[in-house]
Amino acid sequence: MLRLDINSELHEVDVEEDTPLLWVLRDTIGLKGTKFGCGVAACGACTVHVDGEAVRSCSYPVSGAVGTKITTIEGISGEMLNPVQLAWIQEQVPQCGYCQSGMIMAVSAFLAENSNPSDEDIADSITNICRCGTYPRIKRAIKRAAALQGGVQE
Amino acid sequence: MTKLNLTRRKFIVGGALVGGGLAVGYGFLRDGDPANAALTATTMEGEVALNAWVKVDKDGLVTVAIPRSEMGQGVYTALAMLVAEEMDANFSELVVEQAPVADVYANIAVMKDALPFSDKHHEGEDTIGAWGMAKLGQFLGVQVTGGSSSVRDAWLPMRQAGATAKAMLVAAAARTWDVPPAEISVTNGVLSHGGSGMSGGFGDFAILAASETVSLDPVLKKSSEFTLIGTPQPRLDIPSKVDGTAEFGVDIELDGMVHAAVKLSPVLGGTLASHDASAVKDMPGVLKVVPFESGVAVIADSFWRAKTAVEALPATFNDGPAKEFSSGGILTLLEENLESEDSRIYAETGDARAAIDEAQSAVKAVYKVPFLAHACMEPMNCTAMVTDTGVEIWMPNQVPTLIKWFAEKIADVPAENVIVHTPLLGGGFGRRLEIDLVIMAVAIAKEMKNRPVKLLWTRENDIQHDIFRPAAVSRLEGTLGSDGRISAWANRIVSQSVSGSYTARLLPWATMDVPDNTTSEGAADIPYEFTSRLVDHVPVKLPIEVGFWRSVGHSYNAFFTESFMDEMAYAARADPVDFRLAHLENHPDFANVLKQLAKVSNWSTPLDQGRARGVALHESFSSIVGQVVEITVNGDKEITVDKVYCVIDCGAVVNPDTVKAQMESGIVFGLTAALYGEIEIEDGVVLNSNFPDYEMIRLANCPEIEVHLAPSGRLLGGVGEPGTPPIAAALANAIFAGTGERLRELPISRAGFIA
Repeated sequence: MLRLDINSELHEVDVEEDTPLLWVLRDTIGLKGTKFGCGVAACGACTVHVDGEAVRSCSYPVSGAVGTKITTIEGISGEMLNPVQLAWIQEQVPQCGYCQSGMIMAVSAFLAENSNPSDEDIADSITNICRCGTYPRIKRAIKRAAALQGGVQE
Repeated sequence: MTKLNLTRRKFIVGGALVGGGLAVGYGFLRDGDPANAALTATTMEGEVALNAWVKVDKDGLVTVAIPRSEMGQGVYTALAMLVAEEMDANFSELVVEQAPVADVYANIAVMKDALPFSDKHHEGEDTIGAWGMAKLGQFLGVQVTGGSSSVRDAWLPMRQAGATAKAMLVAAAARTWDVPPAEISVTNGVLSHGGSGMSGGFGDFAILAASETVSLDPVLKKSSEFTLIGTPQPRLDIPSKVDGTAEFGVDIELDGMVHAAVKLSPVLGGTLASHDASAVKDMPGVLKVVPFESGVAVIADSFWRAKTAVEALPATFNDGPAKEFSSGGILTLLEENLESEDSRIYAETGDARAAIDEAQSAVKAVYKVPFLAHACMEPMNCTAMVTDTGVEIWMPNQVPTLIKWFAEKIADVPAENVIVHTPLLGGGFGRRLEIDLVIMAVAIAKEMKNRPVKLLWTRENDIQHDIFRPAAVSRLEGTLGSDGRISAWANRIVSQSVSGSYTARLLPWATMDVPDNTTSEGAADIPYEFTSRLVDHVPVKLPIEVGFWRSVGHSYNAFFTESFMDEMAYAARADPVDFRLAHLENHPDFANVLKQLAKVSNWSTPLDQGRARGVALHESFSSIVGQVVEITVNGDKEITVDKVYCVIDCGAVVNPDTVKAQMESGIVFGLTAALYGEIEIEDGVVLNSNFPDYEMIRLANCPEIEVHLAPSGRLLGGVGEPGTPPIAAALANAIFAGTGERLRELPISRAGFIA
């Protein structure tokens, strides 16, 4: 049995230690917001936070997450949307929406580190794939989220 | 999104529709089948279906049934807007749900112009086969999302559905209040009678309305009366897509569900020869090993365990005929067929062949494009539960009618015991028009009866066993007249036939050799005026499956024709925009898009050293799209795509923000293909396997995109695909302007360019 702290709830799971965290979240715990896209950490659809850092859970063995605080898209979606999600709605970012949980998790971890990012910072840090091509709106939404968080220095 | 619950069906049948055959829309019902029966079967306690598209409950909640698949193109919102406009419902409180599978929801628009059943562009041949396909198309009544057709198809029936529903509610209120219906007005879901001051909500009259009989041919609003259509509305599906609650096919969770992963023949089209189930039967969670024609599945209690086991499972395969083919050799074969004497003519005016052969000088060029994969972000999946009497399917798909037929066939159960659910699609792009997943999933689930089996492909399965956009080669030849305009134009295209390949998958016993408009779409129907013109296509048959890929034939024909227009402009020493305008004297709508594009892109203003721009103009799916691409290119052939300007005339606009979003999306899709897209096949095996070797544009190299809407008053056009075709030509034309090097093959790496 492995003990996991997911979205501030404790779970005990009986899986092989090398099972990727993604599949434990989706199939064992039932948290379906985190998506499977490539299985090789290339697309970012599976991004979650481990101790606040964005990780690609499809290539992250569950054993490595024991003793950490894991946060998924469900964990940041309470009664109130967080600034990144709000910006995503205001800019009408998602199309098919499949990559967007991972995008939002990658961006929220990024903005926690860099509250007033430049275009170059954004391009260097957000490498997730969106096949619908929502990138122009994602760029705008990241700037808007930064402003909503109050991090933008005029 | 409300999930259908067929066990709680409740039959309150709208009186207006019983026995009336078709309430709204087109005459596609069989005798004795009330139009709204399918939707009525989904109503809850206290809720009625006023027709096949609209349900209202006693609290006034309006539910619009959407018979198309939501794959990111905004169809849930756009079609709901059509209903709400005519119903005068409160759009901010309306909900949508996926419609069931029923004849009434057949997509007529797509039959008319996108599938092989149409003869729209085909000239010079009137075969029995073509006639038969047209008849078949009308008879089948297929519920399909594709061909950028959803709004065009729904424009009348779903507005009529809204108007009819409103009329029934008004009639019920008039009867209750004892006032003439004409004196009742409706605004934002509230009915009111000015004279008496009486008012009520839709919910107060919903149950009564269901038994009202109203005209089945309601008067619709004039476009000047629209208050919702044409205004930017937030998409109804977006909130669920930012908090993780949106349910895609891959997210389906059912009691007792098990998971399947597969190992498929490495050679395309190969079959399973042998496997050793005993090697994996004791691995954790493994429940069963199921061989099928093209591979072998492991069913386990989780996907990860199924995948781990199937990878460890020893299996051998019979290669099949694709073993003899590689992508390089295929391009050579296609090029050799440029000399074929067996072509089909799709457009012919005058004698272009003779004019070119007799000309002292003609411009000639050969262009090539590769096979491409769809690479939807949600990997292919299908969940199936087979019982002794029926089959139930949960599958992200674009064509539930066919999914239903093939589930019935493979499960071998009565048609009435087949249920198909279509959750949200994590991308479609034409890939989810295919039936391969449902055939595989039902074949596997038959071996694990009474339990839902979720078949999920890995990304490697998805890339290597996609049904590809075909490789294509085109030769273009043109002559210039003394007026500096093109006099003769000849365009020969060589490729596999997508419609032929698709039809053979659906009806393998049929051997049909019929015209396929998709092979020449965007080549045979270009607007430019030439003295003589010849466009023909040489179909080549290969043992590699090809399918519909966003914009289909337009995806390569626009690259061929709009690159060659630029070559002709250069030969004529003319500005590319002016040169095109000179060939559009009788096409003011095209000229209008091009002029607006030149204006918004500052076409006449020179760019700085090291930067260049290119233009392309193309009509597809009844929408005209012009694009200007600005690039930076250096001496090492490194390219940065800086900005794309896009102007679209799609006629009437339902949700302008969605039109813009679809242009952005189509541009990134087409640009991704131009910069990186290439499926490489060696001895029948696809060498690409995942995103690192089938690369995508990402945020860092995505250009700024500026979209302008330029509605001219033309009839409705599509928006899901028309953004894709022009971008590769515009890019190639920019590269020529910047470097003097003409790019005639995609992706750009073929000519040594790097992005």
